[in-house]
Amino acid sequence: MIGMAHFLTVAAIVFAIGLYGVLTKRTIIGILMSIELMLNAVNINLITFSHFITPEALTGQVFAIFTITVAAAEVAVGLAMVFRVYHDRNTVHAARLDEMHW
Amino acid sequence: MFNQYALHHAWLIPLLPALAFIFVGFFLRRLPAVAGFVSICMSLLSFILSLGVGYGLIARQITVDNPLVQKIPWVSIAGFHVDMGTYIDPISAMMLVIVSLVALLVQIYSLGYMRGDNGFGRFFAYLSLFAASMLGLVIAVNFVQLFVFWELVGLCSYLLIGFYFNKVSAREAAKKAFITTRIGDFGLLIGILFLQILFGTLDFQQLAANVPTYVMQHGTALLTIVALLIFLGPIGKSGQFPLHVWLPDAMEGPTPVSALIHAATMVVAGVYLVARAFFLFSVLPDAMAVIAWVGAFTACFAASIAFTQRDIKRILAYSTISQLGYMMLALGVGSVTASMFHLMTHAFFKALMFLAAGAVLHALPKNNDIFAMGGLRHKMPVTFAAMTIGVLAISGIPPFAGFFSKDEILLAVAQVSMPLYTIAVVTSFMTAFYMARLLIVVFCGEEKPENQPHEAPLSMRIPLIVLGILAVIGGYIPYANNFGDWVRFGAAVHEGIDFSVAATSTVLAILAMCLAWFIYGNGMVRSDKLSRRFSIFYKVSFHKYYIDELYLWFNHTFVDGFGKILYWLELQFIEGILIKVAASLPVKLGNVVRKSQNGNLQWYGLVMFGAMILVVVWLVLLNPLFNGVAGGAY
Repeated sequence: MIGMAHFLTVAAIVFAIGLYGVLTKRTIIGILMSIELMLNAVNINLITFSHFITPEALTGQVFAIFTITVAAAEVAVGLAMVFRVYHDRNTVHAARLDEMHW
Repeated sequence: MFNQYALHHAWLIPLLPALAFIFVGFFLRRLPAVAGFVSICMSLLSFILSLGVGYGLIARQITVDNPLVQKIPWVSIAGFHVDMGTYIDPISAMMLVIVSLVALLVQIYSLGYMRGDNGFGRFFAYLSLFAASMLGLVIAVNFVQLFVFWELVGLCSYLLIGFYFNKVSAREAAKKAFITTRIGDFGLLIGILFLQILFGTLDFQQLAANVPTYVMQHGTALLTIVALLIFLGPIGKSGQFPLHVWLPDAMEGPTPVSALIHAATMVVAGVYLVARAFFLFSVLPDAMAVIAWVGAFTACFAASIAFTQRDIKRILAYSTISQLGYMMLALGVGSVTASMFHLMTHAFFKALMFLAAGAVLHALPKNNDIFAMGGLRHKMPVTFAAMTIGVLAISGIPPFAGFFSKDEILLAVAQVSMPLYTIAVVTSFMTAFYMARLLIVVFCGEEKPENQPHEAPLSMRIPLIVLGILAVIGGYIPYANNFGDWVRFGAAVHEGIDFSVAATSTVLAILAMCLAWFIYGNGMVRSDKLSRRFSIFYKVSFHKYYIDELYLWFNHTFVDGFGKILYWLELQFIEGILIKVAASLPVKLGNVVRKSQNGNLQWYGLVMFGAMILVVVWLVLLNPLFNGVAGGAY
């Protein structure tokens, strides 16, 4: 029987993969993609809790749709910024974009 | 009636000139005529009040043993109480009359002397402030009041010496006067503090009552030190050796100022202080000996410098120092009467001589060198007469004022110590000589064609005439009216005239004047030959014993040297070690922490995530609510 714990475990695994990606990917494109994974892990959580704890209301599902929408917008903005950065610095390597310190 | 009023309103005497200072200084500075009028009116009023105090004193039989003291509390905290008030006894009444009279005459004189000067109003404001401070000093009831006014007259002296403040030498002289007297004032202040600690009061009457018991219980050792510290103040203020150096330079001020402040009144404040605190000094034989010897040495020393000076005002300045030494000597041998008597006659004849010198400089403004003058007696008869009276008076020729007071001093000294008497007589000889030299060189001999002298205007002649009369009769009248009954310390003094002492000093004075006539008058002995023959003495005297050079050397070597040592310490230790350590510590700490902020996005993310985990762990482990949940649910 597949229960709440399985869904949450999957979500946790996806979140961890995303986090690992954010911290280790060498290009900012990869980091953006990893952030998407983390967002989706959160979406899974939202829907899981909604389905198992308050099945009569669809609050979680509606919220997940909102999240997906916002995430799409965020990706659009993020990719545009990546494009500008590449145009400007001729690189998308996170390690090279380190001017933001003393 | 008026006498009673004056006695009970003696506080008005310093207050009136103070009002004149405020009005003239703040509102009437730009109106010379009004400024002069207001100042002179106020001085006249305070002179009339002073005369009233003098007459009231005689009518009420107020003597030094039962003074009239009026006071109001000024500062009162636990263990420290200071009054402000008026202390009227014959000594202070005499000073009141002298100071207000000379101040009045000098202000009248200044109408003519300062006419057309840009700083006319300012000058009268300062003169009024000075008169107020000096009169306040004279009637002080305790050391604090005295010290306050003591510093105020010092300030006025500074302001008036530096009156022509766009002249570098005047500025320098003003600073020199202020700083030199400050050295003495420092001692005075410490002495006053000691008195407060030892006796718990600074009131003259209470101190006078307590000092004898203290001496009986504790001896004189500590009190002698205190008295000498207090005496440092008079050494600075009254130009005694070794702090006399400021007084000759103070002649940079306008001549009326020299007459009022640096001859007749302010410089005798030191003598007055010693006389006022005589209850303290008189029980300390060692302190008295120091005062006597300082006075005698200063008198002789300054006279020997005056021998060779060429600047008319400087000669008078050294003569002032010398006469102040005389007054100190008289105090040192225990005769307040002689000292105060000489103070009074000196105020008359020295103010007279300074004002006469001012008239000469007014006529010949180009330079002060006496050898550039000569033959002025034809064109300036009044000034000549005034200067002659002054010279005869200071030389101690009877019946001029100086004879009686100087004789009184010589007599008092002769009764105490033979060496001091010898010094005093030699000084008196030298005084007569250099004063005759001044008179002969300036007024006799050939007229210089390049000089165009003219007699002084009326406003300057009146003070000369008044002071001239006083310099003639100012000695005999007090002498004949038993001056010693009133102005004294302890028992009354009736010295009379000792004919051996009087004859010695008079004959010596006449001899000295004849000698001066032979050298400077008819040229029987050439002065330039003399100066070559005794060139060492001449040079030493002309350069004032190199005291100024010595002080400069001392300053350059020790004060600047000490400064250099401190500067080196500062560079090596304060800046080199302390500051460097204090500054490098934050830098090093910063370098350690700075490494964590490397600009790497993912490193920041990791730190943020790590911190989040830490927060969660902390919340879960330490929060009792979560503990309960964690413990209870599983």
